[in-house]
Amino acid sequence: MASAIEVHGLVKRYGSLAAVDGIDFTVGSGAVFAFLGPNGAGKTTTTEILEGLRRRTSGDVRVLGLDPWTEGRPLHRRIGVIPQDFRFFEKITPKEAIEYYRALFHTAVDPGELLAKVELLDKMHARFDTLSGGQKQKLGLALALTNNPEICFLDEPTTGLDPHARRAIWAVIRELKREGRTVFLTTHYLEEAELLAEQVAIIHHGRIIAAGPPSEIIRAHGLPARISLEGPPQLAEHLRLALGLNVTYEAGRAEIELSDKRDALKILSAVETSGLPWQSFQTLQDTLEDVFVRLVGRMDDGALKSEATP
Amino acid sequence: MKFRHIGADFKVVARSYFRNPIALFFSLIFPIILVSLFGLILSGAGGGPVTLPVVNADPGCPLDPATHNTTTYCQEFFAALNSTHAVRVDVVSVAPDSFASWLGQKDYTVGLIVPPGFGQNYTHLQPSNVTVFTNPQDAASSGTVLGAVQGVVNGFNLRAANGTPILGFSTSNIGSPVYTYIDYLIPGLIGFSILTSPMFSMVDIASSYRKDGIFRELSLTPLSRAEWLTSRVLWYVAITLVTAGIMLGAGIELFGAHVTFTLGLLPFLVVGPFFFVSLGMLAGSIAKTPESAALIGNIITFPMMFLSGTFFQVSSMPAGLQTFAHFLPLYYVIDGMNQVMLFSNTPQALYDLTVVLVGSVLVFLAAIRFFKWRDE
Ligand SMILES: Nc1ncnc2c1ncn2[C@@H]1O[C@H](COP(=O)(O)OP(=O)(O)O)[C@@H](O)[C@H]1O
Ligand SMILES: [Mg+2]
Repeated sequence: MASAIEVHGLVKRYGSLAAVDGIDFTVGSGAVFAFLGPNGAGKTTTTEILEGLRRRTSGDVRVLGLDPWTEGRPLHRRIGVIPQDFRFFEKITPKEAIEYYRALFHTAVDPGELLAKVELLDKMHARFDTLSGGQKQKLGLALALTNNPEICFLDEPTTGLDPHARRAIWAVIRELKREGRTVFLTTHYLEEAELLAEQVAIIHHGRIIAAGPPSEIIRAHGLPARISLEGPPQLAEHLRLALGLNVTYEAGRAEIELSDKRDALKILSAVETSGLPWQSFQTLQDTLEDVFVRLVGRMDDGALKSEATP
Repeated sequence: MKFRHIGADFKVVARSYFRNPIALFFSLIFPIILVSLFGLILSGAGGGPVTLPVVNADPGCPLDPATHNTTTYCQEFFAALNSTHAVRVDVVSVAPDSFASWLGQKDYTVGLIVPPGFGQNYTHLQPSNVTVFTNPQDAASSGTVLGAVQGVVNGFNLRAANGTPILGFSTSNIGSPVYTYIDYLIPGLIGFSILTSPMFSMVDIASSYRKDGIFRELSLTPLSRAEWLTSRVLWYVAITLVTAGIMLGAGIELFGAHVTFTLGLLPFLVVGPFFFVSLGMLAGSIAKTPESAALIGNIITFPMMFLSGTFFQVSSMPAGLQTFAHFLPLYYVIDGMNQVMLFSNTPQALYDLTVVLVGSVLVFLAAIRFFKWRDE
């Protein structure tokens, strides 16, 4: 798979602050890539450098083989961008906005079709300043698509939106992927990254602290799978003695780490043979969120500084 | 530069404008208010005697035996005119032959010549004629003066010859056109709107579009900064044409301004907005914050608003300020419009136009250089 975006040793300083502090990643053509991080992590800075809106301090960046800063003009014909907090001319309607972009890009899109795609057809003739946050974001999405882009950059497209509007945006992102476009998405919602992206990079304080497919990140940085059983403290004691596994007991539940899938069967038969009472039974697996919280927490404690880049 | 891009952007600007009631008010109603306000306050249409410049061509005017004092007939004639309270005699020493053109130069609409031998003829009951100069364009002053002279002449005839008309008057036209305050006011106020409406809005746009990320948006499209600025220039040219038309109409209709609407005015209505749209953009781009942008805009705009011939003629200002005015770009726009609309002085108008045009090109290029779509 050819890569749509390649970033090597990217650094962006604002005075003494290194907002982006030496990051590397590659986004394959046609992939959905999620850039994940808390506020102030450096997501927008990185995104705008990729879009050619900001100059980098150092490092090498290629988007569709072009340098975004010096070759912005040809690049902009091939990418679509929705900035964080998309704003537009207050008195202009979505239909007029698309006609404007259509004339500028010299393309032949149909405003109605495009607005239907982002579920904004009903607001086709409403002025921008009367649109809700989600509707503005949808117009941003529609405008980003007027030039039939190869890569779409979406900087926190769903932040602050209600669940229904978020789902509508997700549907469009899936549609973009089906159409074979590359999607570069930033978000601080982990479920969004997990749901949509096949590649994720977690950025914090300008450094990438984990990268790869969501499942791999969880495997690499998550806790092992666990079984949780509700029962008396004796149950925990029995399992510890019977199996020689690491068993913790807290708030009426025994939790056992699985070093192997087959441990699960052993645990269940040991519970059966113990004759002790038990109520509910759960297997626990880390989500991206657990990993994220743990990684970010550890980094804020200063423990992770050395393994900043993967 | 692509016309398609400029046209698409122009449409967006025009729509935004027409959907903004305040902007519409300012460009359509405000010009009428301005003209009416200044026309009423300053045109001096109401009250007070009309100044009547008089050439006394009878230096040997004899004393009046009837009054037994040292006043001459001529002086008595003048005193009688003054006592009407309609006119105020102002004896000037100008050769009778060049009096008409002198009146024209000084913007007087009325004048009077007392002929040689006036007093002598009167004593000997011989006929003589004073000459009243009027300008039909200033009907009010002409009527006042003719009425006053008629009354005084009748009185003199009655007294000296029991009503036999020995004293008469003839009228003569002042050839050159008359300029009153309102005439200068129209080009001045057109200049005022050429300055203020683009300056204030471009300074604001330069900082607010940057803050709202609209420039960043546009930088991602094939629209270039030069195209964007050109579309704004064209828009303000359109606004200026409408505003100037309204002001001319209001000035002529309401105050009888004598301006000639010539095609020579058009270049100034194009180049003027060209200059000030660019200057506003430059000022707004140099500033780092909206507040400092507004400050820079005001520092540039305010001196020009008053000192470049908008409300007060530059020629009536103190010498120091006149020199200063020559450094203000708006001075050349307004002077140029005066030259074409009032004086038909094409060479001077061309000079003014050249100054503004060269300035516009330089400021336009500087504005494009300084205003950035994107952050560093
Ligand atoms: N133009 C700027 N000047 C100075 N500092 C900036 C600028 N833009 C962003 N920063 C700082 O850089 C860091 C990263 O910001 P940003 O990329 O916007 O983060 P994110 O999008 O992940 O929330 C923050 O600490 C922010 O304050
Ligand atoms: Mg951000």
